[in-house]
Amino acid sequence: MTSSSTSQRPDSRRAGSRQRGGLLIEGVTLSLGDGDAMVTALDDVHLDVAPGEFVAIVGPSGSGKSSLLAVAGALTTPDTGRVLLDSVDISKASAREKARHRRERIGFVFQSGNLIPALTALDQLRFALEVAGKRASAGHDPRELLDRVGMGHRAGHRPHQLSGGERQRVGIARALVTRPAVLLVDEPTAALDRARSDDIVTLLAHETHEFGVATIMVTHDHDVLGHCDRVLSMVDGKLSE
Amino acid sequence: MFLAWRELIFARARFGLMGGVVALIAILVVLLSGLSSGLVNDGVSGLQRLPVNAFAFAEGTRTDSAFSRSIVNVSQAEAWKGRDDVADATPFGNVLVHAKATTAAGAEMPIDLALFGVDPGSFLAPAVSDGTGLGDPDGIVVSQTILDEGLAIGDTVVIDRLETRLKIVGTTGDQRTFGHVDVAYLPLRSWQQVHAGAGPDDEVREGAYEEATAIALRARDGNRIDLSGGDAAVGTTSMTLEESFGASPGYTAETATLTLIQVFLYAISALVVGTFFTVWTIQRKHELAVVRAMGASTGCLMRDTMTQAAVILTVSTALGFLMGVGGGALLTTTPMPFALETAPLVFAALLLIGLGLAGAAAAVGRIVRVDPLEALGGQR
Repeated sequence: MTSSSTSQRPDSRRAGSRQRGGLLIEGVTLSLGDGDAMVTALDDVHLDVAPGEFVAIVGPSGSGKSSLLAVAGALTTPDTGRVLLDSVDISKASAREKARHRRERIGFVFQSGNLIPALTALDQLRFALEVAGKRASAGHDPRELLDRVGMGHRAGHRPHQLSGGERQRVGIARALVTRPAVLLVDEPTAALDRARSDDIVTLLAHETHEFGVATIMVTHDHDVLGHCDRVLSMVDGKLSE
Repeated sequence: MFLAWRELIFARARFGLMGGVVALIAILVVLLSGLSSGLVNDGVSGLQRLPVNAFAFAEGTRTDSAFSRSIVNVSQAEAWKGRDDVADATPFGNVLVHAKATTAAGAEMPIDLALFGVDPGSFLAPAVSDGTGLGDPDGIVVSQTILDEGLAIGDTVVIDRLETRLKIVGTTGDQRTFGHVDVAYLPLRSWQQVHAGAGPDDEVREGAYEEATAIALRARDGNRIDLSGGDAAVGTTSMTLEESFGASPGYTAETATLTLIQVFLYAISALVVGTFFTVWTIQRKHELAVVRAMGASTGCLMRDTMTQAAVILTVSTALGFLMGVGGGALLTTTPMPFALETAPLVFAALLLIGLGLAGAAAAVGRIVRVDPLEALGGQR
């Protein structure tokens, strides 16, 4: 783990003039619910993740980790602030534009893989390419990627024929096959034992560095944090070192 | 379509069950369509094959009793013929009788006949496919269905009580029935004697030879006949040929019943398909959220689901129709009024598929409401 080069409140001049890849979240606030039931899920959050950087966010349930992923992944619109993906503000984009950003530049790794039951491991990757409207490319060929994550021998198996760790490996390969700029990882070890958890996060760290992807992983699992470049903590919607 | 095909194969048991229900409905639709066509043929094929645009009945005649109650004067044909939009008009007689037929071998069989009295020289005179045409006072030209029952040209038919003897001289070569009774054409004058209740040796009452059931009207090419204007001038109540079908005994009740059953079947089919795809969409809600989180558009997901619906509906309807036509072919060899006609079957198939797709479309509207946010945090 390296120390942070990006503070919770980065210098606004530096952030505003940033013209490089990766993900930059500036002053994002998000409230959920109505009236008296309104809660602040994200409170003036700043986060800068460079290409090839693997950032972990830990915190208790309800602290806002998933909300941060939702905002970073163009799944929801923040009340205030900006989300810059390769210098493009995606926070105020239309629903159609957000969907385009997701399929072209953002990869998701969900809990337990969240694979599609009808598809084989290989088809999971082909389908992701189909959705993104992309063709397989060198280093991102579905078969090659499955081999890279150690699932080449299970390419013809469907999710119910795979173990939890295998499903998660396929999920990682599916997220990477479209060559995303940002990889958002939601509790990847939630259903795995210690050894498999370590394998999966090692794989994520390796692929993040190898492909130069800006990766954010939210997790409860403190045992896997050693593989991350940075670890941030989230409590009551506030992000801190 | 990448996902649609793979899901069809993966969930083939579920889709197969739904397709099976649609196929069973398709079989029923074919059988009902065949029964409907058969009943129409049995009820009004004799009228359908008349080269007529309209009938002018006695003034004030109601549709449901037109052919049994109406009596017009044959001179009214001349009045109609004088109208600009009428190419020709001729008296037409229609009466149902019980009779006994005697075959050449001497066997007797009871039959019912719809006697169509027509002037042998008029446009109503039937073309014959076998035998000779109308001419002899006691000669009748019959529907092919009478010959299919075992009678032959040359056999004799004796009308009950009147003892009027009629001889089969020719056949139309096709089915001509009215109110489920086989049609026999005979010269108008002979028909007038039967209608008047006069046997061969009886004196015919005065005025009987002036009577007919209706005046058959034929329009000039491309013209519609001004029926209300003609009725006002001639003193008749006219109806188009299609409207006159309602005067065939039982026709309206039978067709209305079958139509009602068919409408219910179409509605059930649409509901079955709609319900299936509603449940299918609800079951896949989390999966759809994941796919939407990956960036798939709503339209793309809806297209996928509608493709699945179209494939299942088309395949199961085709299978159901094939089985229905197979079963229906057996029914055509029985006395049951059943006819497999291409146009109604194609229409029924398209309607079944179209309504099924409408049901599916209503169901997959739920996809619009699937929030991609649900992909986060959930367990599968």
